[in-house]
Amino acid sequence: MKAAVIALPRSPARLWPYVGGAVGLVVLAAIPEFLGLYQTQLLTYGLIMAIAALGFNLLLGYTGLLSFGHSAYFGLGAYTVAFLLQWLGIHSMELYILLGLPVAAIVSALFGFICVRHTRIFFGILTLALSQVLYSLALKFFWVTGGTDGLRVPRPTLLLGIIDFAGSGGFPRFIRSYYYYVLGVFVLSAAIMWVIVHSPFGKALQAIRDNETRARFLGLRVRRFRWAAFLLSGTFTALAGILWVPLNGLTTPDVLYWPFSGEIVFMTLLGGFRNFFGPIVGGIVFTFLKTYAVASTEYWQLLLGTVLVVLILLLPTGVVGALSQLAKRLRTTREGAR
Amino acid sequence: MSLLRTVELRKRFGALNACDGVNFAVEKGEFLSLVGSNGAGKTTLVNLITAHLEPDSGRILFEDRDITSMTVAARIKAGIARSFQLVNLFDGLSVFDNVALSIFAREGKTAKITTLAANDGDVDREARDVLAEFGIAAKSELPAGELAQGERKLLDVAVAYALRPKLLFLDEPTSGVSSAEKAQIMDTVSSVVRSGAVTAVVIEHDMDVVFRYSDRIVMMHEGAFLADGPPDAIRANETVASILLGTPSPA
Amino acid sequence: MSILAVQVLNSLFYASVLFLIAAGLSLIFGVMRIVNLAHGSLFAIGAYIGAWLVGRAIGLGVPVTWLLLVIPIAALAVALVGIVIEPLLLRPFYRRAEEYQLLVTFGLLLILEDLMRLVWGALPLTADTVMDTMPVVHIGALVYPGYNILVIGIGIAAAILLWVVIYGTKFGVLLRATSQDRRMAAALGLNVGLVYVAAFAIGCFMAGLGGAIVVPSHAAVLGMGVEALVLAFVVVVVGGLGSLKGALVGALIVSFVRTAGIQFFPEVELAVLYLIAAVVLIARPTGLFGTA
Repeated sequence: MKAAVIALPRSPARLWPYVGGAVGLVVLAAIPEFLGLYQTQLLTYGLIMAIAALGFNLLLGYTGLLSFGHSAYFGLGAYTVAFLLQWLGIHSMELYILLGLPVAAIVSALFGFICVRHTRIFFGILTLALSQVLYSLALKFFWVTGGTDGLRVPRPTLLLGIIDFAGSGGFPRFIRSYYYYVLGVFVLSAAIMWVIVHSPFGKALQAIRDNETRARFLGLRVRRFRWAAFLLSGTFTALAGILWVPLNGLTTPDVLYWPFSGEIVFMTLLGGFRNFFGPIVGGIVFTFLKTYAVASTEYWQLLLGTVLVVLILLLPTGVVGALSQLAKRLRTTREGAR
Repeated sequence: MSLLRTVELRKRFGALNACDGVNFAVEKGEFLSLVGSNGAGKTTLVNLITAHLEPDSGRILFEDRDITSMTVAARIKAGIARSFQLVNLFDGLSVFDNVALSIFAREGKTAKITTLAANDGDVDREARDVLAEFGIAAKSELPAGELAQGERKLLDVAVAYALRPKLLFLDEPTSGVSSAEKAQIMDTVSSVVRSGAVTAVVIEHDMDVVFRYSDRIVMMHEGAFLADGPPDAIRANETVASILLGTPSPA
Repeated sequence: MSILAVQVLNSLFYASVLFLIAAGLSLIFGVMRIVNLAHGSLFAIGAYIGAWLVGRAIGLGVPVTWLLLVIPIAALAVALVGIVIEPLLLRPFYRRAEEYQLLVTFGLLLILEDLMRLVWGALPLTADTVMDTMPVVHIGALVYPGYNILVIGIGIAAAILLWVVIYGTKFGVLLRATSQDRRMAAALGLNVGLVYVAAFAIGCFMAGLGGAIVVPSHAAVLGMGVEALVLAFVVVVVGGLGSLKGALVGALIVSFVRTAGIQFFPEVELAVLYLIAAVVLIARPTGLFGTA
């Protein structure tokens, strides 16, 4: 797999994603030096949502299925961490990830099996309904889930317990270290997602997205591919939930409520869903946008909703899409001027 | 042994008898044209053979194996492929990826999730060869949705051809293109198909094209075969002429 | 025995409200092929307007029985909101991908939810005085509000009226033609734009009506629209999207299951609902009477 990632593509145009990615990585690695503690924390949340959006977009951008129930997997990841803490006394971040992902995979596989028998509107409604099942369970079984109060998750230990954050000065150390930890996980997951969407499997997904009939006439088992995409998508978003809860310190049913699924859709379309980097940009930008909206007005939903509508009207391909179209236009005018 | 044989194939759509006990045989290596007016049953016949539709009764034999109940995927594996009248491409993928995907599908490699598609040298080479044969290699990096209509038609055939079928069905490969382009497309298609030793059945309306390129012409009318033979014989057939041109047949 | 009767009546009450919301959603989808995620919020607006009008009317000294007029007025107000929304926010997106239509209605949901908070504040708004407009009914030894029975009547009347409009009037023919084939309808000279606005307005009227009739019984609270939408989805999933009969049957099924659930399985009552939806979808992918 190392060779797969290192192999350089043919034409110079194809190099852009790798160059851009490398530059972005350098920026992200260096930036905490220039940001205060609060901003670093915010950026950590942004990277976490970027992972969630990347996972979500495997289904939307690459497979053509719009899910309105991805809060289920995010919440599943978060609550699994809380349960691992409560029932098994686990504090290790690595164990949270190692044990949390299979749980999410199983539920995604189950939900996916139910949902991929349908397409378009019914697929979306069904994903929403299933996420509401989890939401109502989290509310109703309050003696297990803490109900609306939720469950607390204190700072975990990183790197197999080597690093812990007890004692004085623990909080700033945690914020800084956790940022790099999340950054590392983010880079790894982005790389994995990159390989997935550029693999033969990924090409098959896109073919199914573009033309289900023709895909079938190439002998592809359409439903199976969609189910596999669903499984991967849910697991990725669950990873985001797993990373989120130790930072937030608390998980509540809100994270399973369907408007949160809407936010995931929002941020993906904000960044641009026909593009690999769109969800990443969208996840980070949305996190900052929402935080500033909430901080600046009581009516942040009004603000966010208006921004969303205006954005869809003006930037149909999202931020990244608009930028790449701009780049294309600059390139062609330059070539025309020659 | 015929490459393909249908035995008393029937399909009705309500009152319309699209296939009325059709006994169709295709010999290996031929370039066969299936002609007839609209509604004669040509596309239905092809849909039945390629598993797009299920027959009401009758059997389909491919290399003497009964494939009547086989799924689309199984028939493709057996060696039957088709292109579409209304171009059916993966518009979001590049021209190259469209053909490459066909090859990946054929080779059973579409489950590969841990390697980059671009790194498969074999598939890469073969895809470039196919694109070159069809004359659209220059556009290989463009999204399929951005090609001109004639090129899209060629790509549609190329995608089916890349499955390396034994029997290839082409549904109106020259429809919707200018007459200048028609000859170009058919030249390419027929030369590629013949050099690849693929048996081809082409649904066509343009009789000039049909007479120029076919080894054998089969004419359908109201779900049944009306005429079957080499171009010269069909040209001389008066019943055919009357159906095609509308003059009353000599009773 | 009388307890059973009360439970049945409660279920029918709830079903009437659900039917109105779901039928509106289904109508909009059937004609315009749009799933309006803000539909629940319009239901909530109907409830808020209704409660607010009741408050003002009482302040003006309006006699109690006249308070019932608030219900159609509130519903009409929501229909007006719909007439404003459709050309402004929905029309620019008809030619765009479905994903964007869903997202724009989600944006609308966010806007409407906060507009309700802005206008009416965070505290619940009640209208229980309206319950007093109708005399109580005696069922065995129990006392049951007559208002609830009125609501059931309104639900039945609405179902019949809708059915008559859609299947018995010329306008209904226009609606059905446009829903089946929009381009064909336009080619035949139908003013598709007008049909769309009308269909959307009717759908909003239904949602608003649902809110107005439920608010005397359940106060208007923030977030009620978001909750209602999911229930409406469950109804159309079970009954079938785009079908009037489906909305009716779905509303009845969901309502009775919910009542039974609250009685016998209070912990999992909501989850049971969603699971039923999933089961129906597995067995009948388009819902019981779906046309989607």
